[in-house]
Amino acid sequence: MQSVIRIILQRLALGLLTLFVVSIVIFVAVNSLPGDFAQALLGQGATPEAVAAIRTSLGLDQPMVTRYLGWLAGALHGDLGSSFAQANFTTFTGTTSGAKTVAQQIAPRFANTMFLAGVTAAIAVPIAVTLGLLAALYRNSVFDRAVNILTLSSISSPEFFVAYILILFLAVLNPILPSLSNIYEGMAFSDRLDKTLLPALTLTLVVTAHMMRMTRAAIINLLASPYIEMARLKGVSPLRVIVRHALPNALAPIINVVALNLAYLITGVVVVEVVFVYPGIGQLFVDSVKIRDIPVVQACCLIFASAYILLNLTADILSILSNPRLRHPK
Amino acid sequence: MSNFSRRGLLKTGVAAGVLGLTGLPLRAQARGGKLTAGMNGANTSDTFDGRTHSDLFMIACSMGAVFDCLTEVAADGTLKGELAESWEASPDAKTWTFNLRSGVTFHNGKPFGADDVIESLQMHVAEGAKSAAQPIIAAVTEMKKMSDLQVQLTLKDGNADFPYLLSDYHILMYPAGQIEEAIAKGIGTGLYSTVSFDPGVRFVGKRVDNHYKGDAAGYFDEIEYIAINDTTARMNALMTGQVDAINRIDFKTEALLKANPALTIQDIPGNTHYYFPMLTKVAPFDQVNIRKALKYGINRQEMVDKILQGHGTVANDTPIGPANQYYNAEMEQLTYDPDKAKFYLKEAGMDSLNIDLSASDAAFTGGVDAALLYQASAKSGNININVIQEPADGYWSNVWLVKPFCESYFSGRATEDWMFSTAYEAGVPWNDSQWDQPRFQELLKIARAELDTDKRRAQYYEMQQILRDEGGVIVPMFANTVQALNNKIATPAKVGGLWQMDNARMAERWWMA
Repeated sequence: MQSVIRIILQRLALGLLTLFVVSIVIFVAVNSLPGDFAQALLGQGATPEAVAAIRTSLGLDQPMVTRYLGWLAGALHGDLGSSFAQANFTTFTGTTSGAKTVAQQIAPRFANTMFLAGVTAAIAVPIAVTLGLLAALYRNSVFDRAVNILTLSSISSPEFFVAYILILFLAVLNPILPSLSNIYEGMAFSDRLDKTLLPALTLTLVVTAHMMRMTRAAIINLLASPYIEMARLKGVSPLRVIVRHALPNALAPIINVVALNLAYLITGVVVVEVVFVYPGIGQLFVDSVKIRDIPVVQACCLIFASAYILLNLTADILSILSNPRLRHPK
Repeated sequence: MSNFSRRGLLKTGVAAGVLGLTGLPLRAQARGGKLTAGMNGANTSDTFDGRTHSDLFMIACSMGAVFDCLTEVAADGTLKGELAESWEASPDAKTWTFNLRSGVTFHNGKPFGADDVIESLQMHVAEGAKSAAQPIIAAVTEMKKMSDLQVQLTLKDGNADFPYLLSDYHILMYPAGQIEEAIAKGIGTGLYSTVSFDPGVRFVGKRVDNHYKGDAAGYFDEIEYIAINDTTARMNALMTGQVDAINRIDFKTEALLKANPALTIQDIPGNTHYYFPMLTKVAPFDQVNIRKALKYGINRQEMVDKILQGHGTVANDTPIGPANQYYNAEMEQLTYDPDKAKFYLKEAGMDSLNIDLSASDAAFTGGVDAALLYQASAKSGNININVIQEPADGYWSNVWLVKPFCESYFSGRATEDWMFSTAYEAGVPWNDSQWDQPRFQELLKIARAELDTDKRRAQYYEMQQILRDEGGVIVPMFANTVQALNNKIATPAKVGGLWQMDNARMAERWWMA
C-alpha cells in the first residue's frame, strides 16, 4: 500500500511541474497570436491612443516575463486574477461593483461542463463496455462487425457533423429533443437533463468506439491464455468465462481508456458546446481566446491540464489496485 | 418551452401566412404570450451599464426592455419622446428645455424626475469613465434642474439634432443615488423588469403592470433573450421552434428558411454601409480626377448582388441612406462606366493607374471578395488595383486610417450631422478620408445649428452632392438588416432599420399573432 501512496505523491509533484510548463506554453502561445486584447476589444475604435490607454491600465505594456511572473505569483496564492474584460470594465466605469474574478466567472461554467461530462459518461461507459464484452463474446459474428462499423464510423465523423445529424433526426424531423441546450441556474433537474441529452448523445457517439474497441481487444487478447482454456475445458459457459475470468484481468487497459475518454469529455467539448449553445467552459474558452483574454485562457488551460493529469493518475492507481501483481511487487 | 405542440404551431403558422396573403388583417395587437429570441453579440462581461454597450444583445435587453432614454427614434425614423414628453430649443439651438413625463416610476418604486436625468447624463462625463456617448454629453456645458419635471441643458455650440442624440442607446436613465444598484440588478423605467440575467447566456424580463406607456406598447407578458453567437445554432433554434425570432441570418442557408412556411424573413433597409476610404492627402488620392476615375470604376450593382446576396441597395458615395431624414434621393446615381474612368484618368494626365487596396474580411463580411470584384471591374477603366489581403487581427489599428486605400464599414447614424461629425468633420479621429473640403466643413457647422427644416434639407443635399462628386470615400452599397421570425409573432408593417430587431425594440413593438 505504501508504494501506492508514494506513486500518488510522485505523480502529483510531476503534475504540478506539468501545469507549470503548460502555463508557460499557453502564455507564450497566446501572446504570439497577432493582435492583443486592446485591439480585439476596441475593433474599429482601435485608435493608437485608445489601445495604449487600455494596455497601460491592464499592464499589457509591461514585458512578457514581468507579466507572466505577476500572474504566477497570484496563481501560487490561489488568485487567478480577473479577466481583462472585467478589469477593463472596472476602469471603464470607475467602479468595481459587480466585478467578478476569473474563478467566479469559470465556476458555474465548469459545473455545467462537468454535468455534461457526467451525463455522457453515465450513458457512454456502460454502453461501451457492454458492447465490447458482447463483441468479444460473439467475435467475428455479424453483431461484432455491425457494432464495429457503427462505432468506428461515428468516431471518424467530425463532432459537429454527428451533432447536426442528431439535430436533424431528433430535433427537426422528429421533434423529440431540444436543439438548444441553454441550461441556466435554478432550472429543474429534469429540464436540465432534457436539454443536455442531445449534446450528451453526440459525445457518446464520439467516445464509445475507443472504449468499446479497447474492451474487445483486451478481452480477446486474454481469451488465448492457458487459464481461459482451462476454464473452458472444465465446462464454464462462454459468458461466465468472459465476465468472471477474463474481465478482471482486462480491467487495467479498460480503466485507462475510460479515464482518457473522460478527460476528453471535459477538455474536448468545445465544438459540441458551440453547436448546442451549451454554456460550459469550452464556450468561455473560445470567447476568451478570440479576445486574447489571457487570464481566462490560462485558467481554462490549467483546468484542462489538471483534468488530464488527475484522471490519468486515477487510472494508473486503479490499474494497480485491480492487479494483484502490481499491488504486491516483489 | 415544450408546452405548445409543434404541430399546432405549424398549423396556426400556416393559417397566419394564408391570412396574410389574402389580405385579411392578422389578430390585432393584444397583450399576452412570451417572446423568445435568439441573438448574437453577447459576452460574459456584459452588464446593464449603458456606457459599455456596443452590440445587439445588451442593447435589446437595456434600451429595448429594462431601461428608457429621454427620446426615442420611431420605426419610421422620426423622433418621439420617451421619458421626455416634449422639448423646446432657443433660436440658436444652444439651450434645450426638456419637459419630463409625470407619474413615471422605476421598477423599485422610486419616482422618476429631473435629478435622475442629470445624474444619468453625468455618468458619461464622470472622471475616469470612458463612455462612448462622452462626446455627446461633453458638449453640454450646464445642466439645470428647473423643476422636478423639467431640465434645461445648455450646449457649447448650437445643435439642432440634440434631442436625436439623446435617443442614443448608451444614454439610459438610471435612478439617482442608486445607479450602481440599478446597474447590478437591472432597475430601470422600461416596459419589462429584470427577472433573471446571466451575462453572455440569457435574459428574462416580465411586463411591468401599469406602465406609463399603457397598452400601446409592450404586448408580451414575458420575454426571454437567449445568447446564441453561433449563426448555425441560431438558425437551428429558429427552425426547431425553440426561439421565435433571430437576428442576422446566414445568407447561405436562407433558402431553407424561405422554404419553411412558418417562418418570415425581414429584409429591412438601413444605414449600414460598406465602403472604401481613401486618404485624400496622400498621392494619388489627393487629385479629384483620380477619385472620380475610381468612382466610375466600381460596379455597385454587382457588389449588392454578390457581396450582399441582394440584401441591400446601391449607394452613391455618401453615408446618408434612404433611412435618413434628409436623404438626397434626387441626386443622380453614379454608375459603372469604364470610359468615364479612363476620361478622368486622362484629365489627371495618366493613361493607367496602379494602386494598392488593403482588404480584409474584418472590415466587413466579404471584404476580400469585394476588393477582387473591384479589381476586375476597374481593369476595363485602365485602373490596376493590387489587392493586398491584410490580417483580420489588428486590422482596425494597423490598416484602417493608416493605409491610403482600404475597406471599412459604419453601422450608420440616425441623423446626418451625427454621421458627418463622426467620420467627415475635419480633425475628428475617425475621419478616414482626411476629409476637409472647405465648403463641406462650412455647411456642416451651419446645418448643425439650423432649426429650419427646409434650409437644413438644402444644406444636407448640397453636402451629399459634394461627397458624391469629390468625396474621398467610395460607398458602393447599403446593407440591409436581415432577421427572421416565426408566425407566432406579428410585427407592425413598418419595422425600424436603425438597429437590428426593430431598432432593438421588438419587446415593445411586436406581439403574439
